[in-house]
Amino acid sequence: MSADALAPVAGPQPDSAGHFGRFGGRFVPEALVAALDELDGAWRTAMADESFRAEFGALLRDYAGTPSLLYEARRFSAKVGARVLLKREDLNHTGAHKVRNVLGQALLTKRMGKTRVIAETGAGQHGVATATAAALFDLECVVYMGQVDTERQALNVARMRMLGATVVPVTNGSRTLKDAMNEAMRDWVANVDETHYLIGTAAGPHPFPAMVRDFVRGIGDEARQQCLDLTGGLPDAVTACVGGGSNALGIFHAFVGDEAVRLYGFEAGGDGVATGRHAASITGGSAGVLHGTRTYVLQDADGQTLESHSISAGLDYPGVGPEHAWLHDSGRATYLPVTDDEAMAAFELLCRTEGIIPAIESAHALAGTVALAPKLAAELGREPTIVVNLSGRGDKDVHTAGDYFGILDKER
Amino acid sequence: MSRIGVAFDKARADGRALLVGCMPAGFPTVEGSIAAMTAMVEAGVDVIEVEIPYSDPVMDGPVIQKASDIALAGGVRTADTMRVVEAVAATGAPVVTMTYWNPVERYGVDVFARDLASAGGTGLITPDLIPDEADEWLAASDAHGLDRTFLVSPSSTDARLAMTVGHCRGFVYATAVMGVTGARARTSDAAPTLVSRTRAVTDLPVGVGLGVGTGAQAGTVAGYADGVIVGSALVRCVLDASSEAEGLAALRTLSAELAEGVRNPVR
Repeated sequence: MSADALAPVAGPQPDSAGHFGRFGGRFVPEALVAALDELDGAWRTAMADESFRAEFGALLRDYAGTPSLLYEARRFSAKVGARVLLKREDLNHTGAHKVRNVLGQALLTKRMGKTRVIAETGAGQHGVATATAAALFDLECVVYMGQVDTERQALNVARMRMLGATVVPVTNGSRTLKDAMNEAMRDWVANVDETHYLIGTAAGPHPFPAMVRDFVRGIGDEARQQCLDLTGGLPDAVTACVGGGSNALGIFHAFVGDEAVRLYGFEAGGDGVATGRHAASITGGSAGVLHGTRTYVLQDADGQTLESHSISAGLDYPGVGPEHAWLHDSGRATYLPVTDDEAMAAFELLCRTEGIIPAIESAHALAGTVALAPKLAAELGREPTIVVNLSGRGDKDVHTAGDYFGILDKER
Repeated sequence: MSRIGVAFDKARADGRALLVGCMPAGFPTVEGSIAAMTAMVEAGVDVIEVEIPYSDPVMDGPVIQKASDIALAGGVRTADTMRVVEAVAATGAPVVTMTYWNPVERYGVDVFARDLASAGGTGLITPDLIPDEADEWLAASDAHGLDRTFLVSPSSTDARLAMTVGHCRGFVYATAVMGVTGARARTSDAAPTLVSRTRAVTDLPVGVGLGVGTGAQAGTVAGYADGVIVGSALVRCVLDASSEAEGLAALRTLSAELAEGVRNPVR
């Protein structure tokens, strides 16, 4: 399956300027347009090039370890009241779905003859994945990370440095992912000739949303076939967490044409959307422009970006990929918030029932699934089958989770 | 012709470049920003560029971001910036605004244009809005008689340069360096090339920004451009001052130095 990861499929596509309905597009300084056009051209050419697809497919298989397993989580299923199939992206090299995107973009970087990659990171997963690909492809790598995140994800900072990347803590604004993205954009404007900005999610200006989606689309292509092989049919629902939204788009895309398959994206509800302390851009935001694209944004009455809040650094972002905004407006996918507490309860449940420590990001998808299962069962009159994208592993979150559950021994 | 166009013509007739000075509205306070901009006009700045603060200013460097953050923390609203425009326009100097697209869209594009025009603003510089995405702004600026300044860059292709200036009115903003705002020790070698490429496709005046901080640099840029745009160096006068009076004094000194610079173009 990996070898066909870029094979064309029918499915929703943006227009030639990257508009998903009223969302997407390019809201960028003119200085970046030439680089975005170059990238757009390189991506389209690569997509049509058998040798690129073969190289990408081989990397995904031999280096990243895909196709990832689709695992039937029986003990978790019994607690939840649904047949839950976990798409084990947590088992990929570097521990999350993000390796797929960075391998694709690193290959493109080489094709464009660029020698340096920069990236923004929240939880550090994308930064680690980028530093990994940079090491593999012998590219200089600079990762921008909000200072708040460098503190709560210190382990990933060390991993990036071990891999040879320079990690720059960003002290502007709220000192989280959005500020890291601003800083990466500034670097890109200044160094665009030799630098590729390796955006970590399906957001930002065109062609990033569609391109990143294409690179991670294998998640859904694999899961769809694996589900057919395992159960003889398609699932009733596919669920994923949504921050910027690449893992969700990656698993949704193959199922968009399957009308009977419900698609659910679970946003970070933080302390609860009503409290204002959350990162649920679709549920609690409004249409606006952020980081080069029109999408749903957490913003005040004057269009100033609001600080997001989530226990999960990877979901702690006040925007969302424009394709999700479009899937929401069209009604094809449903977006619901999951609070920190709900996510952590599901985190614990998966640990205890399956011996799998999920990323806190992915725990939002699990929590949403826990809430969804009885509703879906009632509606269908039978046990539903739900494919959950377990987008990453929780090693990086052990400190945060240990704190949350109060299970760390006090330091002397 | 727009008021900015008239000012550019007059400067050109005098054999000098126009000096455009930028300051965020509401920095350090709404009244403080009016005082700062008024001092700049009094000391020789020809055109004031009022930056409407935005939380995520990706084309601005650390100095203007810090000033914008201070303004926003002080509670400045987009509506307050219209008051700043009105007060500064009363000095007689043309006032152009600059901001990122989201605050304009959120305010309401047509309402923004209407309020800006009625406050006496001449137009808007849009650092993250390219003509490709600007249909609503093209319509609103036409409806309310406002100038449109899009940016051109050293990386713009000839086709994009022609397309972009074709949508400009008033003047064109040439970003002299590939990078964000902020005073630099040297201005860019790419700038004269960009200005001549721009002039090849438009009769509009061309302003050059990003990197100018001294009178000598202003003189150098005045040697090949119609306008010299200065932001961070002026903002720093206020940011680094220990009192409002000290900041205003530093602003006057630098403004006068820059005004002298644009009157002595190095050709």
